[in-house]
Amino acid sequence: MEKRLGIQIRNKVIRMVLLVLTTSMLTFILMKASPIDPLQANVGQAALGSMSHEQVEKLEEYWGVGESPVKQYVSWAADFIRGDMGTSLLYRQPVADVIAVKLANSLFLMVTAWILSGILGFFLGVISGMNRGRWIDRLVKGYCLLISSTPTFWLALLLLMVFGVWLKILPVGLSVPIGVEAAGVTFFDRVYHAVLPALTLSITGVSNIALHTREKMIGIMESEYVLFARARGEKGLVLFWHHGLRNALLPAITLHFAAVSEIFGGSVLVEQVFSYPGLGQAAVSAGLGSDMPLLMAITIISALFVFGGNMIADILYGIVDPRIRKGGAA
Amino acid sequence: MEEPVLKIEHLNISFLQYTNGMRQSQLDVIRDLDVEVNAGEMVAVVGSSGSGKSLLAHAVLGILPYNAARGGRMTYRGSELTQERIEKLRGSEIVMVPQSLSYLDPLVKIGKQIRKGRNDQKTVEKLKNIFRRYDLKEEVEDLYPFELSGGMNRRILISTALIEEPKLVIADEPTPGLDLKVAKRAMGHFRELADLGAGVLVITHDLELALETADRVVVFYAGCTVEEAASKDFIREETLRHPYTKALWRALPQHGFQFIEGVQPYVKEMPEGCPFSPRCGMCTQECRSDIPYRSLRGGRVRCLYAT
Amino acid sequence: MMRHLNGRQRVLLGLIVSAVILLTVCIGGAFCGDAARVTDFSRKNLEPCLRYPFGTDWLGRDMLVRTLKGISLSVLLGMAAAAVSAFIALALGIAAATLGKTVDAVISFVIDLLMGIPHILLLILISVALGKGFRGVAWGVALTHWPSLARLIRAEVMQLKESPYIQIAGKLGKSRWYIAGKHMLPHLMPQFLTGLVLLFPHAILHESSVTFLGFGLSSEQPAIGIILSESMKYLVTGKWWLALFPGTALVLVVVLFYVAGENLRKLTDPGSVHK
Repeated sequence: MEKRLGIQIRNKVIRMVLLVLTTSMLTFILMKASPIDPLQANVGQAALGSMSHEQVEKLEEYWGVGESPVKQYVSWAADFIRGDMGTSLLYRQPVADVIAVKLANSLFLMVTAWILSGILGFFLGVISGMNRGRWIDRLVKGYCLLISSTPTFWLALLLLMVFGVWLKILPVGLSVPIGVEAAGVTFFDRVYHAVLPALTLSITGVSNIALHTREKMIGIMESEYVLFARARGEKGLVLFWHHGLRNALLPAITLHFAAVSEIFGGSVLVEQVFSYPGLGQAAVSAGLGSDMPLLMAITIISALFVFGGNMIADILYGIVDPRIRKGGAA
Repeated sequence: MEEPVLKIEHLNISFLQYTNGMRQSQLDVIRDLDVEVNAGEMVAVVGSSGSGKSLLAHAVLGILPYNAARGGRMTYRGSELTQERIEKLRGSEIVMVPQSLSYLDPLVKIGKQIRKGRNDQKTVEKLKNIFRRYDLKEEVEDLYPFELSGGMNRRILISTALIEEPKLVIADEPTPGLDLKVAKRAMGHFRELADLGAGVLVITHDLELALETADRVVVFYAGCTVEEAASKDFIREETLRHPYTKALWRALPQHGFQFIEGVQPYVKEMPEGCPFSPRCGMCTQECRSDIPYRSLRGGRVRCLYAT
Repeated sequence: MMRHLNGRQRVLLGLIVSAVILLTVCIGGAFCGDAARVTDFSRKNLEPCLRYPFGTDWLGRDMLVRTLKGISLSVLLGMAAAAVSAFIALALGIAAATLGKTVDAVISFVIDLLMGIPHILLLILISVALGKGFRGVAWGVALTHWPSLARLIRAEVMQLKESPYIQIAGKLGKSRWYIAGKHMLPHLMPQFLTGLVLLFPHAILHESSVTFLGFGLSSEQPAIGIILSESMKYLVTGKWWLALFPGTALVLVVVLFYVAGENLRKLTDPGSVHK
């Protein structure tokens, strides 16, 4: 059993490394294909003229003017693995440093939203699935339909209008108050400024997991083992506790780990609206400003998170489900 | 005379279904079913596979699917068995023994599942006794359903009934595809339950096995009960009443495996009146009308010409 | 009236109603292209009123007209891109199911790859690669929406391949093209159409999101993403109608697409025979 799981994990890791490698190639090709000249776009004609010859050369070397794309990719990838992700043209800092700061900001947001939406979505799905066809089920279904039809950025705008502009109880943007020294920023300030973005992300994240859990729950409620449990007099919360929870939780956790990608995508939009200085906003700036090194690095980092999430989900399933854990046929 | 534990009169169960795209129609899967079970008695309802007889078990336990409608009257120990009453009694006085392990939760250990999560000393002791009685090792309690070996399944499923104090046991197809020895043993377990004083209703497709252990046999054909007979009536063909039962009798191995032509009519193409009429040699014009279920020689029959 | 209809007829009615509304909005929007650009400083920054139900913006443009135009632009672009995506899904799904293990593995790898990059980020990458603008967002949406539908079609074809009547047709010596056309396609079509309709809302939402971020349609075009992104600057000054109405309209349209898709699915799903 230990060995089986070991082999499984090894195969998953190999596949993940391959996927990340291919992602980096794909990103690299896309960036190379771009008709936008990063040097012109970023540094600008005037700045380019005022730079020393050496600096220009360094930049050109960085962009590998005159080298074969394959060579460029290999040297870029080799540097990347060593931790040298290049220099951000926009922030004039090593990409690694930029990402470290932005990622920390974003993680705060994303983890909160991920946990909140997971718990809320699971319970909404369970309630809805156990009361199929009743008003509460319709309410949850309607909510999910509405939320999945609502663009994340517009929801963010709405919340901003209501809480920031109209009620004036929450800040309109930024992760810390303007004009306050980094040292003067308290934990409370951080939370205060992250409430709206995190709330937006949580609200949108609920729909998927709730609908999925609802389907699972309906399947469970119609299963023979629940039929039998009901025939044995179990009902309501006891029935849910004995049979519903376990059987619904496993797929929900798997799904939610796989949903890391959506939270990541949502954070791009939400951070843009709230001017929250996280990874998502950096991605947008990098894209608009053609900061290729930063954009590539963000893509790869986010892919790492997504694939990592998927892998955790797979492994978790193997550990938690006795049928897989003990090597039976699932 | 003492009230029967369970008495079912004119049970019918139907489903709503869409046909031809937009129209709804009603499917009568069980049309007219009558059966009685007394305390200490084992009664078998025998019908061919796929005839919807499992619904009988689901009806008694109040677990029919949401799109099913039930009619007729069910009485338990003298008073009507309403849905509220079922919900109070099921799992304690009225228990069901399902047909396969798929009726057990795949993620809950066997012992915990049989005990329904109860952990009090009495229940734990009781399960240990049941396991001892059925030659099951104590370690089995810690297994998951998928880890059970085929031989244990029956005894595990019956344990779910024995952990309670049942007055009525409904066994849904207790011998699906089992070899003869195991099947006989499984039926024997139910016989024991009846001998202990419970009323046992076994729903099965296997007439031969039913005759060996049950006191009475109710024959179910195309949605109706067509005959009710004591097991001993099956010793000779002449003591049987309905032509279909006689056909079943002739199809038993010891009587020469003679099968009759034709198949049971499908729910949607049910003939009027007697459902057996298309395959019956004695059928006349009168058989096209409603046939009453009448008493005859200590049993009951749904045939105009039975004597 | 609804009470007299059974479930299926209600589903069909829902489908027709949503289709009619969507069609009206698209055609209506397409006709007010010029009106959406008319500026008139005598009527700027008007709150919603009878004459201008959605209000006017800082250039005095009628927001109702702009919204209609924006919606129809987003819907048409989204639908066209989703259609391209759906055909990619059809081709790759069938290829994965019929062309052997290697092709299957490659396609499933590509699917994993595309699903691995957060969708918005992928759209940004493609948009940048194509030099942003209309081309960037159109190709971006068209090239990234096929994986889930492709998986569905692959599974469906796999199942069809194993089904007895197709096996028998094969044994009877019918050509592969004959079997594909005569037996597989009719079974695949409902799934494909439903999948296509259910792609529309995603495509529309992603188009508007990418445009909102500044990677899509140019700011001269009254796309819904542009309208909302412009409105952001005026939110703090209390011009709520600039964001509220266009956004609500977009949500409504997307809801209608979902409803239409779900109803289509219910009609074609054999499992819904029972009540």
